[in-house]
Amino acid sequence: MTKHEKIAVGETIDLSRRSFVVGSTAAGLACAFGPSLALADAAASAFAPSVWYSVAPDGIVTVNVGKADMGQHVASTMAQLVAEELGAAWSDMRVNLTGNDPKYNDPALGAIITGGSWSTKMNFDAMSRAGAAGRLALVDAAAAMMGAPASELSVYGSVISHAKSGKSKTFADVVKGGKITRTFSADDLKAIKLKSADQYVLIGQDLPQIDIPAKTNGSAKYGIDMMLPGMVYGKLVMPPVRYGAKVTNVDDSAAKKVPGFIKAVVLDDKTGTTTGWVVAVASTYANAMKAAAALKVTWDKGPNADASSESLLAEAKRLQKDGSTALFFVKNGDPEAGMKDMPKVLEAEYTTNINIHCPMEPMNATAEYKDGVLHLYTGNQFATRTTGIAAGACGIDPKHVVMHQFWLGGGFGRRLDSDMVVPAALAAKDVGKPVKVIYSREDDMTFDFTRPLTYQKVKAALNGDGKLVAMEHDVVSAWPTARWGIPAFLTPSVDKKGSLDGFTMNGADFFYTVPNHYVRAILNEKAQAATPSGQLRSVAPGWTFWAVESMIDELAHAAGKDPLDFRLAMLDGAGENAGGAQRLRNTLLAAVGLAGYGTKKLPKGEAQGIACVSSQERATATWTACVAHVAVGNDGAVKVKRLTVATDVGTAINPDGVRAQVMGAASWGMSLALFEKATMKNGAIQESNFDLYTPMRMGQIPEIDVAIIGNGEAPCGCGEPAVTVVAPAIGNAVFNAVGARVRSLPIDAAAVKAAMKA
Amino acid sequence: MPELTINGRAQSVDATDDTPLLWVIREQLQMTGTKFGCGKGFCGACTVHVDGVAVRSCSTPVGEVAGKKITTIEGLHPRGEHALQKAWIAEQVPQCGYCQSGQIMQAATLLASNPNPSRDEIVAHMDGNLCRCMTYPRIVKAIQRAAADLRASNETAGARRG
Repeated sequence: MTKHEKIAVGETIDLSRRSFVVGSTAAGLACAFGPSLALADAAASAFAPSVWYSVAPDGIVTVNVGKADMGQHVASTMAQLVAEELGAAWSDMRVNLTGNDPKYNDPALGAIITGGSWSTKMNFDAMSRAGAAGRLALVDAAAAMMGAPASELSVYGSVISHAKSGKSKTFADVVKGGKITRTFSADDLKAIKLKSADQYVLIGQDLPQIDIPAKTNGSAKYGIDMMLPGMVYGKLVMPPVRYGAKVTNVDDSAAKKVPGFIKAVVLDDKTGTTTGWVVAVASTYANAMKAAAALKVTWDKGPNADASSESLLAEAKRLQKDGSTALFFVKNGDPEAGMKDMPKVLEAEYTTNINIHCPMEPMNATAEYKDGVLHLYTGNQFATRTTGIAAGACGIDPKHVVMHQFWLGGGFGRRLDSDMVVPAALAAKDVGKPVKVIYSREDDMTFDFTRPLTYQKVKAALNGDGKLVAMEHDVVSAWPTARWGIPAFLTPSVDKKGSLDGFTMNGADFFYTVPNHYVRAILNEKAQAATPSGQLRSVAPGWTFWAVESMIDELAHAAGKDPLDFRLAMLDGAGENAGGAQRLRNTLLAAVGLAGYGTKKLPKGEAQGIACVSSQERATATWTACVAHVAVGNDGAVKVKRLTVATDVGTAINPDGVRAQVMGAASWGMSLALFEKATMKNGAIQESNFDLYTPMRMGQIPEIDVAIIGNGEAPCGCGEPAVTVVAPAIGNAVFNAVGARVRSLPIDAAAVKAAMKA
Repeated sequence: MPELTINGRAQSVDATDDTPLLWVIREQLQMTGTKFGCGKGFCGACTVHVDGVAVRSCSTPVGEVAGKKITTIEGLHPRGEHALQKAWIAEQVPQCGYCQSGQIMQAATLLASNPNPSRDEIVAHMDGNLCRCMTYPRIVKAIQRAAADLRASNETAGARRG
């Protein structure tokens, strides 16, 4: 399983050696992890009890959000956590998106990164304690102002009240007039008793998301909206292969006739993030587009010019058969021995095709050199690494790179990558002016860091009682995380023989009890070279559960058992599955109950199918189950009539926000299952715009029922897990409807028709 | 040098006639609420109104709209309180929000001609607008809410006049 260690990039903060200092000045209040930061800052006008927020003299609480907000409303979630313990009124809360300053590193991860559906789970404690410390400090100061014991004061809605005397002070009163002196050591912070669920006044409420009003009137600022005085524009000229090309010649004679053309900048990217890219720089973006079209660039196509989806799949099959590079992700029992003499042994191959993120805001960045500092303006999910890439590409010290964060016009993992800052930074350096580079949609799609093509081989045995006793599962793919070059993100194999990319494997370590279970990871080097891959919403569980939950269904049918009963029997919570298996079992029961599974006589060609998952990782699992109701036509076309999704998120901070995320994630799952397919041919991604790569549109969306289970456990993430449960539920429903077992994503009507029983 | 009327203001812009209206609005006039999504009219993020009709500004040459009445998201309502904008907040529609200017502008032309659209009519009108966050169910609900609000306020206004 993936373990979370502090990431060794950028500066890491060791909280244990620093104090949490609360200080006040005549005019304000501030909270900080840092040596006497607030106390030393006599000019400060706000109370900033932590780096995570400040309270202004007018009582406005501004939360500093180190997380990238790509529509999951994580900024509001962080504010909701702080406000709950601080005792602030929701209407007083504001958010400030921070950039790459390491003081905003994720307290659990030690870097500025947003992904994995980690944020709420991993920041709950730090945000809650920061809020609580601020409340305790404000209460102490208010007690002194009112001449009442702190123990008799209560806090609600940004007001500190003393019931006995009827006196009260607002946060604004205290910040303006009080002396806030209480300090907290790391141990003091740890000792704070946080609220129990029955004391929550904001957690569990459908509070309005802070970012939404600005997203209805055009005023929300995304990276692409950045304007700087004297700024010029860059349009990319891309090579004919995704990775590995070299520019051999640039003829700009025609481009020079384009008004406003400044220069063709050939990127010399020492980080290798980009290869063979040229930037046409001009006075306006319209001119830059014309100049780019007029440039005649020739390339050496490099080593990957023959790569295709077919060749990468063939290589994956060869590697799996060979097996010599396989590394163990799970190694329990002895499957070979366990399969011996068993009456039924099933073998199947499951594949997923290349997928493209294509967030609605194409990749872009604006760069400016000012007083020896490179300023980057872009929306990004991994500021720590993006800083390093920009510095590496420009040959400067990362300390001299400032990244300014924006709302992200979609992330989905695409903006975990850093390529977009390279052309902007190098072009700005070259032309000596601020440059905004905007990828065309074609650039964005064909140079995506895609979800990799995956190939999985699963072999499993049933004993005489129809019980699953042994399973072997190999997963072959490119390894997106290995490309990052950050060892802490890799996982040692079970037998310590090597490191593997656990983010291509999570999910394969499921919560079913299977006595003999091997899972092995195999890197597809050719795919790694030709299709630099990335983390696409839900990452590994998006393909591992496609294989696992399809195979479990195949096994159930082979055993002559109902797929629900078959799953429930294996979710017994034995050994290390204790706790998790029971939660998954309950969630599955909730989903089937809501969907009326097994209670309806459906028309011919229609059926329900089920799946359940523990995405994203065993250590951070969100328990999710789905019932898909499909209708399959005689032509094999699959129409999804309804998706019923139940998800146990432990504690729903903002249930309406959770519902929005789960519906979006389930829709993504369906879109990936039926509508999205990218192909590589001659080393290049072929689908270049929304006419060829076709995410689900309004007319294709089915009825989606979402049930959120909040059972009082710690909160877990909800942005991704529901992606992963939908494809296998649909595939299993298709089998139940027409007897056709499909094992490749996206599900293809012709493949369904071919497999349909006559 | 085309003369444009955008959100009621006459603007002279320094662009050749073939320049896409989108880039004039966004980068020259710096009204960035209108978004670039695909450049080919496939996604609708760049939707604006030209004489009350929803058009894709990414594929509309600025020379074609000279002298016509152009409305962007910034000009839909002086305080951002069009019934659709209020409904978008009430239904908590936006996630990343990037496509939502275009969604709202597209929806506004539906409600201008159809005070009580059915679900199918909404889908038919909106299907060209992509939302990668797939907020579609909430968009449908918000359009229905806005339509109901507009009908109610029209009835009230009618009653006052009567």
